[in-house]
Amino acid sequence: MNLHEYQGKQLFAEYNIPISKGKVIFSPDEVIDACNEIGGTKWVVKTQVHAGGRGKSGGVELVDSPEKALEFSKKWIAKRLVTYQTDSKGQLVNSILIEECTEIKSELYLSAVVDRESQKIVFIGSSEGGVNIEDVAKNYPDKIIYQAVEFKDKNLADQSIDIANVLKLNDDQTKQFIPMIENLLRLFVENDLSLLEINPLVIDDNGDLLCLDAKINIDSNALFRQPKINDMYDETQEDPQEAEAAYNDLSYVSLDGNIGCMVNGAGLAMGTMDTIKYFGGNPANFLDVGGTATQERVTKAFKIILRDPEVKVVLVNIFGGIVRCDLIAEGVIAAIKDVDIKIPVVVRLEGNNAELGAEILLNSNIRIISINDLAEAAKKSVELAK
Amino acid sequence: MSILVNKDTRLLVQGFTGSQGTLHSEQSISYGTNIVGGVTPGKGGNTHLDRPVFNTVEEAVKEVEPNASLIFVPAKFCKNSIIEAAEANIKLIVCITEGIPTLDMLEVKKTVDKLGVRLIGPNCPGVITPGEAKLGIMPGDIHLAGSIGIISRSGTLTYEAVKQTTDIGLGQSSCVGIGGDPIPGSSFVDILKLFEDDKKTEAIVMVGEIGGNAEETAAEYIRDNISKPVVSYIAGQTAPVGKRMGHAGAIIAGGKGTAKDKIEKLKKCGVHIADNLVSIGEKVSEVL
Repeated sequence: MNLHEYQGKQLFAEYNIPISKGKVIFSPDEVIDACNEIGGTKWVVKTQVHAGGRGKSGGVELVDSPEKALEFSKKWIAKRLVTYQTDSKGQLVNSILIEECTEIKSELYLSAVVDRESQKIVFIGSSEGGVNIEDVAKNYPDKIIYQAVEFKDKNLADQSIDIANVLKLNDDQTKQFIPMIENLLRLFVENDLSLLEINPLVIDDNGDLLCLDAKINIDSNALFRQPKINDMYDETQEDPQEAEAAYNDLSYVSLDGNIGCMVNGAGLAMGTMDTIKYFGGNPANFLDVGGTATQERVTKAFKIILRDPEVKVVLVNIFGGIVRCDLIAEGVIAAIKDVDIKIPVVVRLEGNNAELGAEILLNSNIRIISINDLAEAAKKSVELAK
Repeated sequence: MSILVNKDTRLLVQGFTGSQGTLHSEQSISYGTNIVGGVTPGKGGNTHLDRPVFNTVEEAVKEVEPNASLIFVPAKFCKNSIIEAAEANIKLIVCITEGIPTLDMLEVKKTVDKLGVRLIGPNCPGVITPGEAKLGIMPGDIHLAGSIGIISRSGTLTYEAVKQTTDIGLGQSSCVGIGGDPIPGSSFVDILKLFEDDKKTEAIVMVGEIGGNAEETAAEYIRDNISKPVVSYIAGQTAPVGKRMGHAGAIIAGGKGTAKDKIEKLKKCGVHIADNLVSIGEKVSEVL
């Protein structure tokens, strides 16, 4: 789950991590008061969406009067911002973060992730901030440090100094940096983060460290013990079908093809998409209906798949493990009747009682194309989608 | 021969009396697995599926001497359950549960490594040695005792690979689902080592997917250390960047972890690629 920048910065404030003075607004009515409350003569106004590349797309501006901030808010609130990281529809802007303007001496980069290889939390730091870190990693590998850390480890201060050296911090800044790393790590662990990125981390005109951005991802598996974070969920930032699927405990990702896929198991769902592509078709979605594939789940899955108007055919691929294929077949038939599907449905059942399942599909008197062989089922779907 | 589990496996089931624990324990027993007891806190002293139930793993170890544990407890309790089994000196732990927080797994991994415990999973179908023991949720009847070792990050994809190797008559020595999480208890490399040393295994099927670099690491290990032929299929060739494809670990992040990169690396290291899900069995017969 992703957080907005302003939500991330609220967490930063709680953990004494330095951020600019600012205020989030949800309506243009709040803008003038917010600017006055922050004070100063210049403000940075930033649209809040779950996507990067806001600056280059007009979603971030520097304004020199509250009226210009108001104008910016009227332009963006309730509109959609398209950046290179969003799809062509863009992301809905519900809120704008207004911050005091910071004079920047230099821009740095700092992030933390759960690293799969070392199986530790790793801080990544670079003296090159404000740009894409993947480019820095490629072009200037010596300007990046990867430092594995452990919570409550006595070596953390020394490790922070190693990062500070790569960031070329002076003694005063390093003194600010050591507790900052400790606080960021505490924030990471206590809130079950999977990613934390500050790009840029800056040195301001007083020579102090300041986090100008905050990108935070939370481990979805840990939301049960993070009620406060759970409340920060903004469903307007999610694809509506994906959000509905998640609500129904189905795993769904929308794609741009026209063959709807309903599969049990995430790996097999990916494998099915690949097989469709291999035979010249285009999958409309990834959907894992789960291990049990009951009638109720299959019905919900059909409804979500069919909400996509591009879908011309649905390929159901179920490997019946513990659940018998004859029961799955009955579930699929009932679901198709319930949802009243007008497009062809190709069903491939394999595993436990597969033959009986196929027979039930065959005798169902509804338009189901039952094909036991996955390659043939995929080919048939591709043909029907044309 | 086989790896990890066999006729001598004395299995303890944690989360024994829950619905999942009960269903899959029944299936394991009817497959011939020797389940010696189960653990459900608060239900110690009872009998379930004709086996004794204990409150703690420690008690179970004293009474029925299990040498492996299979875990079905809910995700939020798994960290404690795995660590409990490891500290009670059980050297093989298979965790089926999906959805364990990643930071819990960092702690679990540190503990099991320190104690020299082999953890399989979480978020996996388990381990089976056909005809001998079934520790997990896989359908027993698609398996055939034979010569192919199977390792996979996905459940249902493992079944596809199993079915195809059964259909061509080669069967499986053992099958290990290492799970779809970012921090798995065992890696491809850990299991590859075991299959290399197993006399019954003549070839290995490695089913990977997008995300992370476990396949790339495995590719180098295969090049340097594995003498047996390895066939690999990588799922997610059509997966979009930055989207989590069901499994917590299946995500292409920062341009890394694509199927294309993995396949190229595997090819370079001498691994035989099944370019399609439906051609795994065919590829295996080709290389043997």
